[in-house]
Amino acid sequence: MVRDGRGATARDRLRNDVGIEELTRAYRDERAKSVAILGRVLGDLDLAEDAVQDAFVRAAERWPRDGVPANPGAWIVATARNRAIDRIRREQTLARKTELLARAETLSEDEEAVIPDERLELIFACCHPALAAEAQVALTLSLVGGLTTPEIARGFLVPEATLAQRLVRAKRKIRDAGIPLRVPPEHLLPDRLRTVFAAIYLVCNAGYGPPPRQELCVEASRLAAVLATLMPDEAEAHGLHALLLLQDARRDARVTPAGELVLLEDQDRELWDMHEVEQGRDALDRALVLRLPGPYQLQAAIASLHFEPETDWEQIALLYGRLAELAPSPVVELNRAVAVAMADGPEAGLELLDAISGLDDYYLYHSARADLLRRLGRSAASDYERALALAPSEVERDFLRRRQNLLAP
Amino acid sequence: MQYMLLIYNEPSSWESMSEAQRGETYQAYTTFTEELQASGKMVSGDALQDTSTATAVRVRDGQTLTTDGPFAETKEVLGGYYLIDVDTLDEALEWAAKLPGSWYGTVEVRPLVTDYETMSA
Repeated sequence: MVRDGRGATARDRLRNDVGIEELTRAYRDERAKSVAILGRVLGDLDLAEDAVQDAFVRAAERWPRDGVPANPGAWIVATARNRAIDRIRREQTLARKTELLARAETLSEDEEAVIPDERLELIFACCHPALAAEAQVALTLSLVGGLTTPEIARGFLVPEATLAQRLVRAKRKIRDAGIPLRVPPEHLLPDRLRTVFAAIYLVCNAGYGPPPRQELCVEASRLAAVLATLMPDEAEAHGLHALLLLQDARRDARVTPAGELVLLEDQDRELWDMHEVEQGRDALDRALVLRLPGPYQLQAAIASLHFEPETDWEQIALLYGRLAELAPSPVVELNRAVAVAMADGPEAGLELLDAISGLDDYYLYHSARADLLRRLGRSAASDYERALALAPSEVERDFLRRRQNLLAP
Repeated sequence: MQYMLLIYNEPSSWESMSEAQRGETYQAYTTFTEELQASGKMVSGDALQDTSTATAVRVRDGQTLTTDGPFAETKEVLGGYYLIDVDTLDEALEWAAKLPGSWYGTVEVRPLVTDYETMSA
C-alpha cells in the first residue's frame, strides 16, 4: 500500500478528491433547490437557508471521509431538514416552535427521495413586486444564484453591512407579509414575469460596469438559462437568455486592458467570443420558433446582427422601430436614430435625434448628437462639453475626450 | 392570514368630484363590499368620518392632553379600512386593486400580527 506522509492511502486521497468535487457540484446544482423546498415548507427562507448551509458544512465533513451519497441532493434536503428541526427546538416561543416542527416533519427523511425542482417558485418569491427592485436583485443572487453576501456587495458597490441588512429585511418581509413561494396564477403571470426578467437584466447591467464585473454577467445568463429551462414555452425567457449571452460575448472587446471603453465599430473582432455568440443565437432560435415577439428577443436579434461581418444597419433600424412600438422609451429612440444615421446618413439620424425629448441629462444622447454633427462637418463642441459634464465616471469621460480629440484640426 | 387594507385619499379628490362621479364611486364601493362578503373573505370594514371630526389624545407624565384634529398636515388621510382574511399577499393585493380608493388614492396593505408571543419575546 502506498502511504503519504499523513498516513492516508492513495484510495483515501482519491475518495477525498471525489468528495470535494461532488460537493462543489452539489453546492452549485442543489443548493437553490434545497433552499426552495425548505423555504416553501417552513415558510421561512432565513431558517431554510441556515439549515441548508448547515447541511453543506456537514457534507464537507462527511463526503470526503465516508464517500458521496447515492443522491446528493436528497441527502442535503434530508440533512437540512434535521438541522432545521434542531434549530427550531431552540425557538423561544412555543406556538411558533410547534407550528414550525409540524411543518418540518412533513419533509421526507429519506436520503434518496426524489427532490422536486421548486427553484421557479423561489425565483417568483424573490422577484415579488412587493419587494424593492434592489432587494429583488440581491435576494435572487443570494438564494437562487448562491452568491455570498460579500460577492453581491462587491458587485453592486454597496457596503457589506448594507447588503446584509437588505437581504434580512427582504426575507423577513416574504415571511411576515405572506409573499407566496409559488408560480403565480395565469392572470398574474405576465406582470410577474416582467419583474423577474427585469431583475435578471439588472444583474447583468450592473456587471457591465464600469468597472466591468464579469461574474455578474455570467451569473445573469446562468439565471436566465435556469428560467428558460423551467419555462420552455416563454419566448421572452429564451430571448433574455440569448440577449445576455450575446452581450457577454463582447466583454473582452468592449474595454481595453487599461479600462478604456471601445465603441462597437472600433472593437477587435478577434476578441469576440464566437462560441458564446453561437450559444446566444441558438437561444434566440428557441425563442423565435414560439412566435411570440417581445422586447428581449428584438434586442437579442439586434445584438446578433452586430456580429455579422457586414453590419446590416437597415435591418437594425427596422428592429429598433419595432422595439419602439413594443417598449417605447427615449433610449430606444436614441438607438434607432443612431442606426438610421448609419443606414441613411447622419442627416436622417440627426432629424430623429432632435425629435427625442427627455434625454437632455443623458450623456450618450449628447455624445451621439456630437458624433453626427462631426460627420456632417458642423460644430459639435457644445454637445461634447455637455456629454462630458454628464458622464457618470472617468472611464466614460476618457472615452469622450478621445472622441473629442478627433475634432482637433 | 389577516390583512388590513387601509384606504388613504386626499379629501380634495372626493370634494372635487361631480355629483354623478360621487354616485359612481359610492356604487363601486357597494359592489366591492358585496363581492368581498360573498367570497367569505371579509372580516370587517367601514368608512371613517372626515378628519374634521378627529380628536387626538396624548398622555405625557400622567397628564392627558386632548386636542382637536389629526397630528400633521398630510395630503392623504386615512378614510376607511377593510379587514380581510386570505391565504397570501397576492390575494390581498388583488382585493386592494379592486378597491375604488386605490383608483384615486393609495391603499396600504398590512398583515396583522398573529403571534404576540414572538413579539414580546
